[in-house]
Amino acid sequence: MKRWIPLILFAVLAGFLYVGLYLNPREVPSPFIGKPAPKFVLPVIGQPGTTFSPEQAKGKVWLLNIWAPWCVSCRAEHPFLMQLAQSGISIYGLNWKDKDREAEALLNQKGSPYIVTVDDLDGRVGIDFGVTGTPETFVIDQAGIIRMKHIGPIDEAVWKKKFEPLLDKLEKTT
Amino acid sequence: MIPELGHFALVVALLLALTQGILPLIGAHRGNATLMGVARPAAQGQFVFVAFAFGCLAWSFLNNDFSVENVARNSFSQLPEIYRFTATWGSHEGSLLLWTLILSFWTVAVTVFSRHLPEDMASRVIGVMGLISVGFLAFMLATSNPFLRLIPMPPDGSDLNPLLQDMGMVIHPPMLYMGYVGFSVAFAFAIAALLSGKLDVAWARWSRPWTTVAWMFLTMGTALGSWWAYYELGWGGWWFWDPTENASFMPWLAGTALIHSLAVTEKRGAFKSWTVLLAITAFSLSLLGTFLVRSGVLSSVHAFATDPGRGVFILSFLGVVIGGSLALYAWRAPRLMTGGAFSWFSREALLLGNNVLLLAALGSVLLGTLYPLFMDALGLGKISVGPPYFNAVFIPLISPVLFLTGIGPLARWKQASLPDMVSRLKWAFAVALIVAVILPFTTGGMNLMATLGLFLALWILFTILIGFAERLKNVQGSLMQKLSSLPRGYWGMQIAHAGLAVGVIGATVVSNFQSERDVRMNVGDHVELAGYRFTFQGVKEVPGPNYVAGRGTVEVEKSGSKFVLHPEKRIYNASGMPMTEAGIDYGIFRDVYVSLGEQLENGAWTVKVYHKPFVDWLWGGAFLLALGGALAASDRRYRIALRKAEKATDKLAAKGATA
Repeated sequence: MKRWIPLILFAVLAGFLYVGLYLNPREVPSPFIGKPAPKFVLPVIGQPGTTFSPEQAKGKVWLLNIWAPWCVSCRAEHPFLMQLAQSGISIYGLNWKDKDREAEALLNQKGSPYIVTVDDLDGRVGIDFGVTGTPETFVIDQAGIIRMKHIGPIDEAVWKKKFEPLLDKLEKTT
Repeated sequence: MIPELGHFALVVALLLALTQGILPLIGAHRGNATLMGVARPAAQGQFVFVAFAFGCLAWSFLNNDFSVENVARNSFSQLPEIYRFTATWGSHEGSLLLWTLILSFWTVAVTVFSRHLPEDMASRVIGVMGLISVGFLAFMLATSNPFLRLIPMPPDGSDLNPLLQDMGMVIHPPMLYMGYVGFSVAFAFAIAALLSGKLDVAWARWSRPWTTVAWMFLTMGTALGSWWAYYELGWGGWWFWDPTENASFMPWLAGTALIHSLAVTEKRGAFKSWTVLLAITAFSLSLLGTFLVRSGVLSSVHAFATDPGRGVFILSFLGVVIGGSLALYAWRAPRLMTGGAFSWFSREALLLGNNVLLLAALGSVLLGTLYPLFMDALGLGKISVGPPYFNAVFIPLISPVLFLTGIGPLARWKQASLPDMVSRLKWAFAVALIVAVILPFTTGGMNLMATLGLFLALWILFTILIGFAERLKNVQGSLMQKLSSLPRGYWGMQIAHAGLAVGVIGATVVSNFQSERDVRMNVGDHVELAGYRFTFQGVKEVPGPNYVAGRGTVEVEKSGSKFVLHPEKRIYNASGMPMTEAGIDYGIFRDVYVSLGEQLENGAWTVKVYHKPFVDWLWGGAFLLALGGALAASDRRYRIALRKAEKATDKLAAKGATA
């Protein structure tokens, strides 16, 4: 019996490794899911004097995309966000810790997928949302409840798999 | 055209590997000399084709052929030539190709140096290595082809990960793979022995030099990785218990246990089945390490959650190789006769203790590395295991190993006397303990961890001296003659053990007595640390080949002598990724280390300054370990055994001719 122990141990290990293949080690469940989105009032970039708060988006399903001009992955997802915006998805941007004040010029040059993008210079609102890095995208429903959080850039595959089914469900509840 | 030739060469190599993996094994089983004769030419041919494929990929990188997807993703037109070459193994696909190349290189080495082995043994060893090669070549061709074209061709590449654009990273992976893959030879010998049922002292003697050489490369590869993390990451740390680091440390621990257990098997004929199991374990952990790093099961850049195809392939391969060999072990091990009884206090018993403790330490590292995965798989939540766990578990397990390192080499085989040992070593013990208790008081007071580390290191060093004195007591001649009369195997062991002591001193002193400050500095500001005065003289923009660097100037002064350090913050053009380059003044007894943090307004920066006493002893110790390994592997008796065997076969041949 003793001589079979190494093989048995390995079989158990292999079982765990197999399950592990289908798990995503980077995906940490967010404690914000199912809770109302944190309240904030922040200035809108490119429109001096205007502010935005989540109250204003109530009544529709929308995405809050946390991004920054210095973030390379955000640039990578930018073209796909443009496509989404064109197909009628409501995306709001939160420009996170943009110390060099580049957001406005960048959006003018590359086009903006956002209905508005707000300026979170000191990153406080980002902290309220539990942001660990950029890009991160929150799905917020008609009642202002956070339904999902995605860490990392969005591409077509991620969109089809994670976002579309949820958005369809949320739209139906109206 | 060149990439297609490379692709084709991989297909040919796979066919040759299949031939090499199947025919010689059948031949050895049936005693068919013709089939066994296929082993060597097939292995050498496979090497030629894999090397050709590797050359094709390197050519594509050097010539900026961005129509190859792998090149487009991992290279850049502005990348300096040396890094364009090393980018060949900078990606998943490329590093697999390097793995396979090194495997076929080791196989060719076996074909050259195995002439003295019985033909069936050599055929089995080469055959088993061929089967491993089949797995890797098939994996590459099926899921990770490095030669895929990208249409349309992008105008430029997206650059090699800046972390890899460094000389340390140029040498680190080949060294590490030489070690990982080198254990495949010991593994193949073990499997061949299980298949043939002939597991004797000669088997251990053949396996030993191969294992030692692989272990030597793994030691250097791991040490280089640690040194790289030290100067490149800008945190001043030298070991983070990161899954990637553990992936190379676990086979190293298993390899260290294997080297010692092989010594017992060769000298005393004991521990046979244990040694075989260790040989399987060491290589299995190398494969597991490759799987963990490559599959993204543990936190890494990209997970296979979206594309588990590759992960499933490697895991199945692991299942066949590791599961298959452990099943073979379970089936065959009872046939292995274990000889040589020994008492509870003897060199065998001490080495067994060393093995058990090393494996326990290995188990604790394995558990800590995979624990987050276990928890996640069982749905018990996401956790991460960090240095507090590893330090708390590893240090108590490895300390007794270090203590035994002092006694083992002085104990007799079979039966040693404890009272005799006590009287031989009591002074070494007492002096090491007293010095280790007193030394920390010279800098700041009692420190138990420092005392423990220093005691163990001094204990090993003193017992090495006693070992030399006792060995030479009855030898005639001058000191030089006496010393040169000792065999290289003995020198190798003592130098490696001394290296261990040196490394322990480095780790102990730097962990307990380093100091650091993290300050905001304007131009002209200064900060004091450990008697050094650092003056910040600003940061200038300097263009690099494929990056723009903010090059800082920090003047360091201590009691009148001055030097200047230049830490850098680089922004890479293609990726926009920031990288730090620490400014380091190396010294035998201390490093002075400066790195730039964030840029603040008006030319001010956050600056980290460190004083790291004895930190270079860590890598000095690793170098001595590797040197010891090289000396031990080149011991005369392996070559004498070889020559004897050759003479015996010559005689047989002569007999055959006259009969």
